[in-house]
Amino acid sequence: MINNKLSDSQLISDYIKGNEYCLEILIKRHKQKLYNFIYSKIQDRDLTEDVFQDTFIKVIRTLKLGNYNEEGKFVSWVMRIAHNLVIDHFRKNKRLQKFQSSENFDIFSVLRDNTLGAEDTLIKNQIDNDVRDLIELLPNDQKEVLIYRFYNDLSFKEISYKTGVSINTSLGRMRYALINLRSIISKKNISLTK
Amino acid sequence: MQKNYSKKKLLISSLQPKSETINFLINYSKSLGIVKLNSKKIEINLN
Repeated sequence: MINNKLSDSQLISDYIKGNEYCLEILIKRHKQKLYNFIYSKIQDRDLTEDVFQDTFIKVIRTLKLGNYNEEGKFVSWVMRIAHNLVIDHFRKNKRLQKFQSSENFDIFSVLRDNTLGAEDTLIKNQIDNDVRDLIELLPNDQKEVLIYRFYNDLSFKEISYKTGVSINTSLGRMRYALINLRSIISKKNISLTK
Repeated sequence: MQKNYSKKKLLISSLQPKSETINFLINYSKSLGIVKLNSKKIEINLN
């Protein structure tokens, strides 16, 4: 049994020589100070746990690889590692927008499932068909502009080129097409929503 | 006066790492081996 009163530097030296128990003493000796330090910066128990673990993984690897230079207190070195990991965490978090659920904010109000269910798909298809039928009722010049714009995704410049009229005329035809559609929908009392 | 301006940071005793974390670190250390090959050091994890 190793004396718990051994200095950090003696424990490190013995650990490097292969005495694994020394690491346990070192971790247990400094765990609370380190954990409090990390928690004071992050304020989140789970993340603190992660950073604490990553800190000691770095410590273990450095010691085992023989890259540790004893130039000061062991605990200061460990705290410096933890501090750098905390900075990494905040840098990463800055890049990734974070949402946290609370009483006033529910994450599921932001996340939406955009895939439609069977019923919604049926309704959507029905609405699409109704709209197509309504478009058929429009005068040809208006119908043409509307189809080019909404179904073929052409710009008004492209539409004017294809139809041989000016951009302003195309815009005017589109305006009348929409006014007429609204008027037909209203007259026929058609509902195009769920 | 010094007392007024230097607040001693208190450690919160309830804030401690989980025992699983400590055990993981101890086991990680035991499983981590370093093999020296010529001038290179290779890390080996033995589970």
